[in-house]
Amino acid sequence: MNFGPIFLFLIAAGGVVFVALFLNRMLAPRKPNPEKLSTYECGEEAVGSPWIRFNTRFYVIALIFLVFDVEVLFLFPWAVNLKSLGMFAWIEMAVFIIILSVGLAYVWAKRDLEWIKPDSDEIQAALRQSSQTITDK
Amino acid sequence: MNITYNLPAIGTQLVLGAGVILVLLADLLTGKKNRDVAYQTTLTVLVLAGIICVMKWGSAGAGFGGQVFGDGFASFFNLAFLAIAFLVVFNSPNYLKRNEIDHGEYYMLILIAVLGMTFMSSAGDLLIFFLGLETMSISLYVLAGFHKSRARSNESSLKYLLLGAFFTGFLLYGIALIYGQVGSTNLADITSYLAGSANPLGGYMGVGLALLLVGLLFKMAVVPFHFWSPDVYDGAPTPVTAFMSAAPKAAAFAAALRIFYDPAISLGLPWDKTLWIAAALTITLGNFAALAQSSIKRMLAYSSITHAGYLMIGLAAGNELGASGMLYYLFTYGFMNVGAFTIAWLVNRRGEGNYLLSDFAQLGSRNPVMALLMSIFMLSLTGIPPLAGFFGKLYVFSAGVKAGLIWLVVIAVLNSVVSVFYYLRVMVIMYMREEEGLKDLEKAPTVAITAILCGLVILLLGLFPGPLLDLARESVLSLL
Repeated sequence: MNFGPIFLFLIAAGGVVFVALFLNRMLAPRKPNPEKLSTYECGEEAVGSPWIRFNTRFYVIALIFLVFDVEVLFLFPWAVNLKSLGMFAWIEMAVFIIILSVGLAYVWAKRDLEWIKPDSDEIQAALRQSSQTITDK
Repeated sequence: MNITYNLPAIGTQLVLGAGVILVLLADLLTGKKNRDVAYQTTLTVLVLAGIICVMKWGSAGAGFGGQVFGDGFASFFNLAFLAIAFLVVFNSPNYLKRNEIDHGEYYMLILIAVLGMTFMSSAGDLLIFFLGLETMSISLYVLAGFHKSRARSNESSLKYLLLGAFFTGFLLYGIALIYGQVGSTNLADITSYLAGSANPLGGYMGVGLALLLVGLLFKMAVVPFHFWSPDVYDGAPTPVTAFMSAAPKAAAFAAALRIFYDPAISLGLPWDKTLWIAAALTITLGNFAALAQSSIKRMLAYSSITHAGYLMIGLAAGNELGASGMLYYLFTYGFMNVGAFTIAWLVNRRGEGNYLLSDFAQLGSRNPVMALLMSIFMLSLTGIPPLAGFFGKLYVFSAGVKAGLIWLVVIAVLNSVVSVFYYLRVMVIMYMREEEGLKDLEKAPTVAITAILCGLVILLLGLFPGPLLDLARESVLSLL
């Protein structure tokens, strides 16, 4: 097997990223103001520093999200080739989705889908303090 | 696309997979009251899978385009995994309740681990083998840390996870390199590549196979990749330790036989030297470390390292007798270990994390039946005839002699003599040591039944080793 082209492709892919960033740096006008330098949060105004303790719920939610994210990854090629794969593949995918649904049912029944707000005193204090420093600036 | 699916080839796996879902749902519906439903469902699933395995014994053939095999070899190991899992699960509720970790997930995780092992033993493709290995390992990582509130159990889980993930990297890199050279991950393709190549280890192949071997040696806990096992075995909940020391080890050896028995060793590649050194080191180090232990769990952990070393002789010999001897050895070894660990946690009186050999004091008068069974397990682990442990060693050692590994066998036999000391010490403590303030053992019928079953199997397979050895020989022949 010849892996030369793949290696070249990797180098080229990396190169494109650097060239794009470099050109952007060279060509773009730079006129910073405080509004531009603030963190962009999809239009929401940033309320504080992200360097606080996160609720571990995020981890569980992210994990569940990941499972269904990967599921889609399997579903796309399956959906494209379904006609040539036939009935067996359809049943296989149905089984796969049932297994995942059982997982979701498990998480649901164990109350891991219920969100607990980060309302501990410590986090509230951290939030207050960080918003204070922003208004001070 | 023309793939022959041949579902009977994975009949056992299908039952186990459905069983996992069933146990999970059953526990969700009934788990608030008690675990009885989850427990009984698990046992039923294991028995059903066993029945399917025996009914389809060796006749299912290849499935999914040669990616899985339902041959005799797979059936032999699958039956061993199922039997070990059944015995472990059977006596678990007592332990789980005693330690207040009675969660339904325990049963589900054991089933998932067994599912992974069955895929390892029947894999005809490196990727299926890898999937099985990961399915098994990840549930074992969780099982090792099942005692959530105990630091030792968490330590055990974390060590196992970190080192396991690290060595999985080696293994996967090996598979990637082999794929790079051969252009396929199918074992049949790899075999025909090795047979047809003038320089079989040229290119990426030598490194690839070596890395694959390293990954497997880690799972078998063979020196120099053994260092995790005493800590992990010691910290894990004891039924899990019994399970871990028997079944995954057998699964790793099954995969090693599938991958290396035909392609590499029989072609005269230089594995035998590597395996020779690893085996000699493993036997010696495991033995001398076991001498110094005061905890029965750690002693059995080091003893299981030693036994992995004995099994390596069969792998290094690379002949048919060695392979079938290994099958016999692994099958019987599971029963000895499950029995010994089960009695160990029943006898333990200082709580988890504090298993001392002295807990066995006066067991001979406190509970003669348990003491007798423990003696059977210890004698069988030592390799005293007419117990099953003797014949396992005999077959593996004679395979070593046949293959010309005389010095390795000499080292192994000398080490067996050393091992007599620490195995018999348990018996000496049981029958001769006096100690104050000992209570009677807790009444636990499931534990007694487990131990008696294990003892009977060892005794019967020791008195009549022929049928099982014939079966093992047939299974190995189906491998080629």
